[in-house]
Amino acid sequence: MTKKQKKMLKRIILSLCLFAAINFVKTSVTVLRILYLIVYLIISYDVIKMSFINIKNKEPFDETLLMTIATVGAFLSGEYAEGTAVMLFYQIGELFQSIAVERSRKSISSLMDIRPDYAWLEKDGELIKTDPYEIKKGDIIVVKPGEKIPLDGKVIKGESVINTSALTGESVPQNVSIGSSVISGCVNISGLIHINVEKEFSESTVSKILELVENSSVKKAKAENFITKFARVYTPAVVLCAVVLAIIPPIFLGNFSQWVSRALIFLVVSCPCAIVISVPLTFFGGIGSASKRGILVKGGNYIDAMANVDTIVFDKTGTITEGIFKVNTIKSIDCTEEELIKTAAEAEAFVEHPISKALRDKYGKKIDLNLITDTKNITGMGVEAKINGNIINAGNSKYIKTLGVKPQTTENGSTAVHVCKNKKYMGYILISDSIKPNAEKTIKELKNSGVNHTAMLTGDSAENAVAVAQKVGIDEVHYGLLPKDKVDFTEKYMAKKPVDKKLAFVGDGINDAPVLSMADIGIAMGGLGSDAAIEAADIVIMDDNISKIPEVIKIAKKTINIAKQNIIFAISIKIIVLVLSAFGLSNMWEAVFADVGVSVIAILNACRMIRK
Amino acid sequence: MKKYYKLVDLDCANCAAKMETNIKKIKGVKDASVSFMAQKLMLDADDNDFDNIVKEVIRVCHKVEPDCEIVIN
Repeated sequence: MTKKQKKMLKRIILSLCLFAAINFVKTSVTVLRILYLIVYLIISYDVIKMSFINIKNKEPFDETLLMTIATVGAFLSGEYAEGTAVMLFYQIGELFQSIAVERSRKSISSLMDIRPDYAWLEKDGELIKTDPYEIKKGDIIVVKPGEKIPLDGKVIKGESVINTSALTGESVPQNVSIGSSVISGCVNISGLIHINVEKEFSESTVSKILELVENSSVKKAKAENFITKFARVYTPAVVLCAVVLAIIPPIFLGNFSQWVSRALIFLVVSCPCAIVISVPLTFFGGIGSASKRGILVKGGNYIDAMANVDTIVFDKTGTITEGIFKVNTIKSIDCTEEELIKTAAEAEAFVEHPISKALRDKYGKKIDLNLITDTKNITGMGVEAKINGNIINAGNSKYIKTLGVKPQTTENGSTAVHVCKNKKYMGYILISDSIKPNAEKTIKELKNSGVNHTAMLTGDSAENAVAVAQKVGIDEVHYGLLPKDKVDFTEKYMAKKPVDKKLAFVGDGINDAPVLSMADIGIAMGGLGSDAAIEAADIVIMDDNISKIPEVIKIAKKTINIAKQNIIFAISIKIIVLVLSAFGLSNMWEAVFADVGVSVIAILNACRMIRK
Repeated sequence: MKKYYKLVDLDCANCAAKMETNIKKIKGVKDASVSFMAQKLMLDADDNDFDNIVKEVIRVCHKVEPDCEIVIN
């Protein structure tokens, strides 16, 4: 409990005791009234103050005004005990709310318990406990076993196993040794490691993730905006109804005081607090429970969208497949295998593509970069490089055909890199990438959770793409695409889906930033350590586990359900009690339940989202 | 320019909604959002007049909930 809450609790206990004590006091009515008034003032002064501030700001309509009018009205019509009790219950409800909110805030920040409190700075052979904010780039820090890695950097001494579960939700220990990059927020398990800091704290992964999670609830879901608007219309409307109820019927039916007391009940019932607080609490919980699983959702609006997703478009490499390419066949014609792989590796020396990397890995020797002049990267096709004066072309069959060379046909299921030297065919190299083990199951789960269309977009060859799509059960596949084609296809899918449904694009965030930002929901996989992915996407999956996608859909649907339950439950109970009180069938106590009780139940319901 | 601020002692959800509506009315503010749950304010406003807009934002928030402080750093 915060200081404020403790103070409130004391006020409530004091007022409750006094309230109970008054019942045993035998004294004149006037003294009794004064005693009630004292208790009333103890418990209500802040509410009354707030209602005056609102009136001064010319925005009088909110719960504090409702409560003030209702209780003051009760006093004026002689119901001293009721007036005091209503305010007491209201304050108990408020305190409960504020504790529930505080708790869920805490439980969410502990879900994301990755903020390091200190770093051991190594200086002149000594270790100094330092605030991570004060560590500079290039400083050497030491992380002991069991401690969190406070800043991003490279290991320069020691080796260890680190655990990324706080970030990814998945406990996969990772071995690190000299030269390994380590990410802040991971826990060092076994050995002492020395790290050369590469990013200051404000730029480090931990800060970025925390900032993202903390800022996420600023982007609101439709339901959240709805209740804000609802409260704005609802409160004045109820006040108006109460005034009408107090004035119009007695003109015809008489018995003025009876109608006034019904109108006052109206005001007590009408507080919108139950919905105003429980809906954002639900979304906050939903975002929190996703982050616990290593899924960062950048706003409540994306929870909305995810619950309505109808079409999911996947990138292939790194999303459906592992994205780790290995050379499995080298087929040389008119030269040795060694020569072919060397030429291919040299031609692709400057290309940052997994396929190029696979070629370099296979070659395994140091490439003399001085020999390579003039490289040209033709996206989605291949490369042209000048090596030792020879023109080398390496790329897919489409590319080789544009040179007027006829490449050999290759078997299905692998990516082929054809190589030409001075427009003479040298042979091809087959590279393959394995499908993620849980891809097939994930696609099935997605279809079961209401996703009607799945599609895969890839720059890869037809045979390869079709084989992968069939294996995992994706409905449609488009292959041989350039980055701009992916944008075009995604646009087409966006136009084709039902208007009230959403489209998600899933990619690795490296080459597909334009598509990620264009889709209703851009989901980036393997966000851990990739600033670009974290930046571009709406939902970031920290590791590269594709089964997290049906998981987010589940969380999103549950969040929306709970929010809807609360809205419907709160509004319907209130309407029932409102109608009952208009006909004089409910009393002040039922009204207090309809207000405080409903709030408590709605909040408890919302808390289900956080526990999970 | 888009900036995030922490709000301290923002005690009522309704006040957060009111702050948001009123901040959006300030001249030069392109977008604003107040999250009661995260106790955060997102302000997107004109670069040229940002400091003055922030001052106005602080004034507006104080008016709605006098106890609430905006952390500027």
